[in-house]
Amino acid sequence: MAKFETVEVQTDVLILGGGMAACGAAVEAAYWAKKNGLKVTLVDKACMERSGAVAMGLSAINQYVGVKDGQNTVKDYVEYVRNDLMGITREDLVANIARHVDSTVHLFEKWGLPIWTDEKGAYVHEGRWQLMINGESYKIVVAEAAKNALGAENVYERVFITEPIVENGRCVGAVGFSTREEKFYVFKAKAVLAAMGGAVHVFKPRSGGEGLGRSWYPPFNSGASAYFTIKAGAEMTCQEVRFIPVRFKDAYGPVGAWFLLFKSRATNGLGEDYMQTNKTELEKWKPYGAVKPVPANLRNWLMMLDVMAGKGPIFMRTEEAIEKLSAAVSDPKERKKKLKDLESEAWEDFLDMTISQAILWAATDTMPEERPSEIAACEPYFIGSHSGASGAWVSGPEDIAPKQYCWGPANMTTVKGLFAAGDASGASSHKFSSGSHTEGRIAAKSAVRFAVENPSMPAIDNAKIEKLRERILRPMELFETHKGATTDPDVNPNYIRPKQYLFRLQKLMDEYAGGVSTNFTTSEKLLNKGLELLKALKEDSEKLAAETLHELMRVWENIHRTWQAESHMRTILFRDETRWPGYYFRSDRPQMKEDWKVFANCTYNPEKNEWEMKKREILSIY
Amino acid sequence: MPSYVITEKCDGCKALDKTACQHICPNDLMVLDKETKKAYNRDPQMCWECMCCVKICPVQAMEVRGYADFVPMGAMVTPLRSTDSIMWTIKFRSGTLKRFKFPIRTTPEGSAVPDGGFKSSDDLKSPLLFTEPDSSGMKELPPVKSLSKVA
Repeated sequence: MAKFETVEVQTDVLILGGGMAACGAAVEAAYWAKKNGLKVTLVDKACMERSGAVAMGLSAINQYVGVKDGQNTVKDYVEYVRNDLMGITREDLVANIARHVDSTVHLFEKWGLPIWTDEKGAYVHEGRWQLMINGESYKIVVAEAAKNALGAENVYERVFITEPIVENGRCVGAVGFSTREEKFYVFKAKAVLAAMGGAVHVFKPRSGGEGLGRSWYPPFNSGASAYFTIKAGAEMTCQEVRFIPVRFKDAYGPVGAWFLLFKSRATNGLGEDYMQTNKTELEKWKPYGAVKPVPANLRNWLMMLDVMAGKGPIFMRTEEAIEKLSAAVSDPKERKKKLKDLESEAWEDFLDMTISQAILWAATDTMPEERPSEIAACEPYFIGSHSGASGAWVSGPEDIAPKQYCWGPANMTTVKGLFAAGDASGASSHKFSSGSHTEGRIAAKSAVRFAVENPSMPAIDNAKIEKLRERILRPMELFETHKGATTDPDVNPNYIRPKQYLFRLQKLMDEYAGGVSTNFTTSEKLLNKGLELLKALKEDSEKLAAETLHELMRVWENIHRTWQAESHMRTILFRDETRWPGYYFRSDRPQMKEDWKVFANCTYNPEKNEWEMKKREILSIY
Repeated sequence: MPSYVITEKCDGCKALDKTACQHICPNDLMVLDKETKKAYNRDPQMCWECMCCVKICPVQAMEVRGYADFVPMGAMVTPLRSTDSIMWTIKFRSGTLKRFKFPIRTTPEGSAVPDGGFKSSDDLKSPLLFTEPDSSGMKELPPVKSLSKVA
């Protein structure tokens, strides 16, 4: 691969990713860096206007605390998150995001995001914490502010980051390659902020044909953050806390507006409301089973029990909800208008964020006011920003966090100079889009401060960089060397192409680690077998081959997913209980245990090629 | 095939260095065929149906056909995005048409000013972020119980 040009970029603060957290980081870092004479560089594997989880748009902002109007307090939010995650939450991190998130939302509004307001000018809430927006261009608006802050010359798009550079225990940069030109990139920086999203397609999706790409969270979020932080040697937390959303079946359209705004019920095929008929099950999961709202994973669980009992299909009773809402309006003319508004709101909910669902409704001639639509549990995802919690273990804010949680500037991982935000940072769930942007801001201010206070950098070993370059580009060489050996380049005993490798990973995760086909159930025996198969897969990752730059990106995305998968299985195995039955169920440990009210953390040691598992205590603020 | 390109309409963005669809696709799926000078989706199985390509195509040469492995045929959802709003036309399998129009932004394109007009502090060590406390609508940060002095 001698023809690849090596491009070296020297900067002070390096932001990896281009989604919500990275855009927040860009706006924040640009301000503090300018004041301190530093340079900020951002690297995105796609185009910032439409990259990351909000690429398509969103129909709601899910985190707004409303402190200035006295709607809620930071404490209220912390308690909500703690209960939803069955007690496993870093309250200092959640509180830190919650005290800043309103400011972020007010900035979005100034930048041009249309937030619904009522006749008095107050925000329209979808639920207690959720605001309704016209969010088709949410990401465009947010990326625009980020780019305006950074300057286009400091943004590298279509560059895929593959590995961290670590010297003497400090993260001092990252390497990757362009997906458009034959260029190998070396970014050197005093502080590095990982914000490359969560992971999808680790588990087998429900649709395996053309609809393979129709995951709820986007298929281009491929575990880059987890891989980067794990390989840098950072301690990870909550790698077992995957997220399984319940969404409209097959196209995965959002249900939030239906449940919260339209107050819809969901019922099984017999017309029974499983939240009522399976209510006694909640007793087993007390104290969390007794809180309101019922934690997301327990709502899932009550539904799954009916699915497993053969009581499906499960329906969102859209027709019933619309009937109820319109019946509440007595004037016939007003009622007609109300119906029209509801119809428009229901369709916009899909069109803003899951267009496939609108296509599916149109293709099945579904009118929500006439008949209900099926809902189902999606396959598992790794998304620390939503109701999952996986990510790096990061330092808490020094004015809030107990000393056990504070070892450096806010949001620094256990690796010096490496920061994490959004899906990259763990145990601080329910950040969603606005909280991720906020956490990006928090982490970026810290990263600037770190760069100011730690101006001298350890020397970077060039031989190490050369080795990384050779390894990263090798799949292309492998393909070139062996492609002529068979008449079909897809079937060749010398290598494996990334698509088949992906299917192999998904099959083993699905069958052994509790995917859709096993009703999200696993056990020690199954996990050990899964880890054995994963070991062989990891070995074979050395034989991944790529014909094009695009395929080289697929190779590395899949390697990233593999490490996310391994840390997940190891942590489920370590946690000797079932705590989130609607996310995964350990058939051999079917109950929640008081002595497992702890964080389950893991660290990969690159020198020894070993994983260390450890418990960390939970310290509650409230 | 999730997103597809209509042969007759695609002009390959008139030999610009890259086509609009290539520029925008978050999953790097769109490619310009150098011989036909037309774009195509190289891996429809990895398409998220986000329609970013459909919305940006300057000649409306792109559409989405629902995933063939679970979506019945015959429906079509078509966006027409302008600088401040988007109009959607939904054609049902039965032939029924519905149309919706929604705002997409309240400011002119390109005009997002990072500080939003809010004032900032200049203390790198304080927990106050850029534009705070002004942008939070309060005089100071919301109070949070601290464990930093105990434990």
